[in-house]
Amino acid sequence: MKDVISAQGAGNEALISKASFVGFVRKYAMFVALIFIAILFEFLTDGVLLAPMNVSKLIMQNSYILILAVGMLPCILTGDIDLSVGSVLAVVGAIAATMIVQQGFSVPVTVAACLAFGLLVGAWQGFWIAFVRVPSFIVTLAGMLIFRGMTMVILDGNTLSPFPDSYQFIAQKFLVDIPLFAAIPMSTMIVGVLVAVFAAYMFIHNYNQKVKYGIPAGSRTMLFVKVAVVVAVTIFAAYWFTQFKGLPIILILLAALIAIYSFVCNRMVIGRHIYALGGNENAARLSGIKTKWVRFLVFVNMGLMAAVAGLVFSARLNCAAPSAGVSFELDAIAACYIGGASATGGIGTIVGAVVGGLVMGTLNNGMSILGIGIDWQQMIKGLVLLAAVAFDIYNQSKK
Amino acid sequence: MAKILLEMKDIIKEFPGGVRALDHVNLKVEEGSIHALCGENGAGKSTLMNVLSGIYPYGTYQGEICYDGHTCKFKNIRDSEKEGIVIIHQELALVPYLSVMENIFLGNECQEHGIMNWEECRSKAIDLMKRVGLDALPDTPVNKLGVGKQQLIEIAKALAKDVRLLILDEPTASLNDEDSEKLLNLILELREKLKITAIIISHKLNEITKIADRITIIRDGKSIETMTEGVDDITEDRIIKGMVGREITNRYPPRLEGTKIGDTCFSVKDWTVYSPYVADKLVVDHVSFHVNRGEVVGIAGLMGAGRTELAMSIFGHSYGCRISGHLYKDGKEIHLNSVSSAIQNGIAYVTEDRKGQGLVLMESIRENITLPTLGRLAHLGVVDENKEVCVANEYMERLKIKAPGIYQKTRNLSGGNQQKVMLARWIYADPDILILDEPTRGIDVGAKYEIYCIINELAKKGKSVIVISSEMPEVLGISDRIYVMNEGCFVGELSREEASQEAIMRCIMDSNVKKKAV
Repeated sequence: MKDVISAQGAGNEALISKASFVGFVRKYAMFVALIFIAILFEFLTDGVLLAPMNVSKLIMQNSYILILAVGMLPCILTGDIDLSVGSVLAVVGAIAATMIVQQGFSVPVTVAACLAFGLLVGAWQGFWIAFVRVPSFIVTLAGMLIFRGMTMVILDGNTLSPFPDSYQFIAQKFLVDIPLFAAIPMSTMIVGVLVAVFAAYMFIHNYNQKVKYGIPAGSRTMLFVKVAVVVAVTIFAAYWFTQFKGLPIILILLAALIAIYSFVCNRMVIGRHIYALGGNENAARLSGIKTKWVRFLVFVNMGLMAAVAGLVFSARLNCAAPSAGVSFELDAIAACYIGGASATGGIGTIVGAVVGGLVMGTLNNGMSILGIGIDWQQMIKGLVLLAAVAFDIYNQSKK
Repeated sequence: MAKILLEMKDIIKEFPGGVRALDHVNLKVEEGSIHALCGENGAGKSTLMNVLSGIYPYGTYQGEICYDGHTCKFKNIRDSEKEGIVIIHQELALVPYLSVMENIFLGNECQEHGIMNWEECRSKAIDLMKRVGLDALPDTPVNKLGVGKQQLIEIAKALAKDVRLLILDEPTASLNDEDSEKLLNLILELREKLKITAIIISHKLNEITKIADRITIIRDGKSIETMTEGVDDITEDRIIKGMVGREITNRYPPRLEGTKIGDTCFSVKDWTVYSPYVADKLVVDHVSFHVNRGEVVGIAGLMGAGRTELAMSIFGHSYGCRISGHLYKDGKEIHLNSVSSAIQNGIAYVTEDRKGQGLVLMESIRENITLPTLGRLAHLGVVDENKEVCVANEYMERLKIKAPGIYQKTRNLSGGNQQKVMLARWIYADPDILILDEPTRGIDVGAKYEIYCIINELAKKGKSVIVISSEMPEVLGISDRIYVMNEGCFVGELSREEASQEAIMRCIMDSNVKKKAV
């Protein structure tokens, strides 16, 4: 979790320059809420919540929701929604299990096939949404039924397991489990230091670029404070993970996805087109943006992310079940909204969606440790979602 | 003299930002008369009617409304409807998927304790439909009927509310001649049989002179004069003069020195566009025109003439279907099937609808300026944000956009500054041909002047500028040449010397007459 905090720190730099101050305050508010919730449960659980083992577990438990949220955010940015991801996740798990467990395909071939299938699903849904202009709610509601049914057909109602070790790797293992890294002492710390150095380099590089172009970049002292905080947090997080089994592999994948998609959304042309499309589709179209293709690609990407989440989820549970991933789509959508995305499109960030997902994950985890039942957990999660969005709307109207 | 049903005294209505839409307007309407309101687009006719019907509630305007002998303070439409004042807007307020019957009684249902009495509803509806001459089944969904019949439903709806004063805002604007004729006869008939008083707003002067008993002319938010049929000598010429006769001070900067009009840069031949919404409706009808380098060409016409549709269909087929015709740039034929191809061929279109189609309001000035040109600021798909900031700053300064900074959201800018952001966007795109659609709508005089200066600069650089404007003084003030468009056709081409407001109006009126003759 600490690593994600540092990712948020890195994202903030872009945020300050991107959104207005109000937008920044809103995202900041949810981040503060996350820290508050973490501290609250840290006390309530007598220090269990943030113990190294639990932090690792919390990340692993929520990884697939966070991956789905990363894919979901662009859909929500364009003013659409994808209800099918839970079912797609299940069908990918089913395909993987059939290929490996029943047909004996190798793991790399299976993974490649599953990712290709995810792209295909995305293209299928994107086609109907972007080119035929069927509302995404309907297309993906249909997809939810289609792919759930497909899962049941493929699995024939059975649960398939077990997966080989190499397949489970991504979801269950730690850095030290990789033979290459196991040979290096302190590999987790080394990764932590490398990330810290890279983050510091990016900060300083951005600062220098701004100075070069004559853009106000803030004082040098602030830069050093920021760099110092990021480096300290990253290295401390790495140290914290060494106290259990080291860095979870899934965290590396997750951090990479967050970094890549934040970059795509904020810095790349396609990302800017997604925001513009969500903000005002007519204006985007009259500015020469190929709105249909942008929307299509957003759904292709969502299909890919659902497939990745499907692989991770089946690997983590070490089985493929017909009922896998039921209502995951709602968790992913809730994560985006809690993280400040607007239901009408055009507003939201990847980091926000991840923070939103972590708020829910931390609540879940904390309440589970306290022995609060799933019934109460659902109610509390529902209230948090409502409160977060109401807070957002209140903030906007106050202006 | 008949009894005065309605008197509006010294009505003043101001909008936020100090725009005075109505300035001491006086209007007297006799009971049982048909009273026409004439004026240019934006003269304040619709605003006046909105004041009357309570859309702008009592307290948001100054002045007094006297109706049927007592002073009225309407808080909303329901209040005015209770008095029998019903307004029918230009855009009809019907629910497309509900039946004729349901629409007639919308908000005024035949019911008891919240339970519908369909039998009563049906018999009343049939009665009302007969009265307005609507030939359809009461169960037909409204979207299956043409605009003419929908207009009749609106009138039936008004009758169901026991209307005494019927206000019609451009009732015939979207009707063909036959339906218009029918509607006007119906209004006359309602007056004869039911003693219904009507206020009719229309641009079609021939219709007004035909049916109106009195005509009030409004110009720049002031009531200019009221003419009475049989007393004054009412001619179209006199109405036109009253509508446009304002003193023009030097509100238009002269062309910059060294501006040269060169050879033809862009030309359009036989451009024809059909409406995507109404089957077989011609929106642009075999239009041909050209624009030279360094020239500012104005396209004048009334609202609904098809100017925006013409521009958008040229700009990468953004509007319309079954588009045919040829486009030539520098003598070579070009095909613009998408907005991006239009941009690549050096054409830019600045939309009239800043908020709906122009700006991404939730984004900043910077992002709005670079929207169509992000590719130019990017390397391998990654936007060079620093360069972008520099561009945004440069253009903000050049176009004198008044804002705290480039990170200001465009939502929070005034209309004039929003317009400048749009201009900045397309000037940065560096087109050869710039189509400006209503570039100064709803912005203050100072910002207008600055925008005219920007247009002059573009002309000096040898760009071709096409300006679409409903404000005739503006078209006259800034154009080197003017095309007049009416009902989808170009009905006149006027040089700077020939052009005057009367000449433009004359072109429009003549074409209306010609159309009727055919």
